[in-house]
Amino acid sequence: MTNARTLTIVLFLLFVLMTLSITVWASRQTRNATDFYAGGRSFSAFQNGMAVSGDYMSAASFLGIAGIIALSGYDGFLYSIGFLVAWLVALLLVAELLRNAGKYTMADVLSFRLSQRPVRTAAAVSTITVSIFYLLAQMVGAGALVALLLGIKPGQTFLGMTPGAAKVATIVLVGALMIVYVVVGGMKGTTYVQIIKAFLLMCGAILMTVLVMVAFRFNLSSLLGAAATKSGSGSAFLEPGLRYGKEVAGDATQTFYNKIDLLSLGIALVLGTAGLPHILIRFYTVPNARTARKSVLWAIGIIGFFYLMTLALGFGAAALVGGKAITAQDKAGNVAAPLLAQTLGQRYLGGSTGGAILLAVISAVAFATILAVVAGLTLASSSSLSHDFYANVIKRGQASERQEVVVARVAAIGIGAVSIVLAIFAQNLNVAFLVALAFAVAASANLPAILYSLFWKRFTTSGAVWAIYGGLIASAVLVFFSPVVSGSATAMFPGHDWQWFPLSNPGIISIPVGFLCGWLGTVLSATPTDAAKYAELEVRSLTGAGAH
Amino acid sequence: MSTQTPVPPAAPAPPPEEPAPRATPDSSAYLAVEQSPEFAELRKALRSFVFPATVAFFAWYALYVILSAYARDFMGTKIVGNINVALVFGLLQFVSTFVIAWLYARYASRRLDPLADRLRARVQDGGQSS
Repeated sequence: MTNARTLTIVLFLLFVLMTLSITVWASRQTRNATDFYAGGRSFSAFQNGMAVSGDYMSAASFLGIAGIIALSGYDGFLYSIGFLVAWLVALLLVAELLRNAGKYTMADVLSFRLSQRPVRTAAAVSTITVSIFYLLAQMVGAGALVALLLGIKPGQTFLGMTPGAAKVATIVLVGALMIVYVVVGGMKGTTYVQIIKAFLLMCGAILMTVLVMVAFRFNLSSLLGAAATKSGSGSAFLEPGLRYGKEVAGDATQTFYNKIDLLSLGIALVLGTAGLPHILIRFYTVPNARTARKSVLWAIGIIGFFYLMTLALGFGAAALVGGKAITAQDKAGNVAAPLLAQTLGQRYLGGSTGGAILLAVISAVAFATILAVVAGLTLASSSSLSHDFYANVIKRGQASERQEVVVARVAAIGIGAVSIVLAIFAQNLNVAFLVALAFAVAASANLPAILYSLFWKRFTTSGAVWAIYGGLIASAVLVFFSPVVSGSATAMFPGHDWQWFPLSNPGIISIPVGFLCGWLGTVLSATPTDAAKYAELEVRSLTGAGAH
Repeated sequence: MSTQTPVPPAAPAPPPEEPAPRATPDSSAYLAVEQSPEFAELRKALRSFVFPATVAFFAWYALYVILSAYARDFMGTKIVGNINVALVFGLLQFVSTFVIAWLYARYASRRLDPLADRLRARVQDGGQSS
């Protein structure tokens, strides 16, 4: 265990060293605002496809999905499917049009033909909200994982730190590194970090998948059979329903809510992706819309392949490690993939040393994954704060490029510092709750505004403002009164009960609310459509004329 | 620090002009292109693919989620060995996603890109001539 710990740290430091030197190199190539915000728009379709994948495949994807499959079987696969299908919304409706019409942020497109200040303010608020919740989830996850991955048990110390102190130290370290990547490297540096991370993550997942398949002689059916037997749930383990949409005998109301909750989760997963600001700004890093399209195609291929492998990782962990051994380490199951690595290493790479090596490799990959995603999120929120709020709301479009970039760097430090502090206080929050909230806000607040502004000529400023705030408030309020926050044993505040909303995921209500608010705000406002401005948006977004 | 001409304070907030110099080709060119039959064709070509495709994949995905919630027995039906309908249905979502993405890429490069290229050139001309 001690050897594995040292090796994990060494490998992680190697990753940090490599990415930091690339970041410093990238900083020398960063001369103007386009370099800082959009990496000079010079990345190729494959590079950006890898970077998009790196930004998207968070700890929730890697550790979370493998964990849910390992503990609850088939239900975890729903996440893989939703997260992948979601990319069709981005491909068909958003990526190219956004790339053609925008410059640096999501709000560039929203505010194109509407009043700059109210729309950009609203967009900055929702961008920062989504990014911070997502960021907290990753940082809290990193803190929780470090004790487990480094094998620090309660009562033990590591470098003189108790497990609690080691968690805080990890959060601070991750936070400090992400600030450095963003402040120094801007979009260029961050993009290379994503590319390297995506490469490492794919290598790690492929290696484990192959070893799992070797263990079961490349027979999927016998892998599934072994997982089902070891889980103790039998064939129910291979069917939907162990975790989501549970049927509660004798309680028809609860059963009804559980099933609606499953539908709600499904909708939020598929509609959230195309409203995530840190994903949307990646489309600006390529020269034109056609390259943006190709990068989404690459991303769909890479992400799809990865999510297929979650089947092998999750069911492999269920069959070879077993639910009991996983929950003994971590109740949420987040260590299923690292423990699977240890077991596979013991089997195929030579005893406990092999186990330690593979555990260390996969743990380092998990840290790299978290680090890359938080850097992408910090960049998205600081870009929006600087470009949308500072340059266009406060300075009314009169800020110089230099000023904008300086403010963006300061904003990254500020947002990073705030996230570090929040993450330290939020350590006991449920990580899944934070991610679900981020996806729900993205789908309820951002997606309606984006789709309306691209496709609906009559859409007005009040429509956009209503859609964003309406979707944002609806999802936040519903989550606050949901069983995730209070009124249940697994809630954030288990001792309290102000819960009245029965669903854990607000999507099925809050997404329609967002669309409805955008429509109502539009039809109730008397503002006439600016036909010339809409013509410009439409022609530019469809043809790429005048694109940045 | 010699006595050169007094340096003007960095761009003294130009008079209330259009802030972003985005309308390089002037806006009448955009309006003219937007109202042309060729642009209507491009818009129709785009929407006639992406809207039905969105409805189709969303309905197909919704069917999968609804069956997962309400048709457990059907989803649990074993096909070969331990491989059941739920797993195959899930894998088919992967297949459909890959296929729709591929079809769109093909359609876009054959049908949309040539139309867009021509119109883009026209916007740039329109900015100069008319």
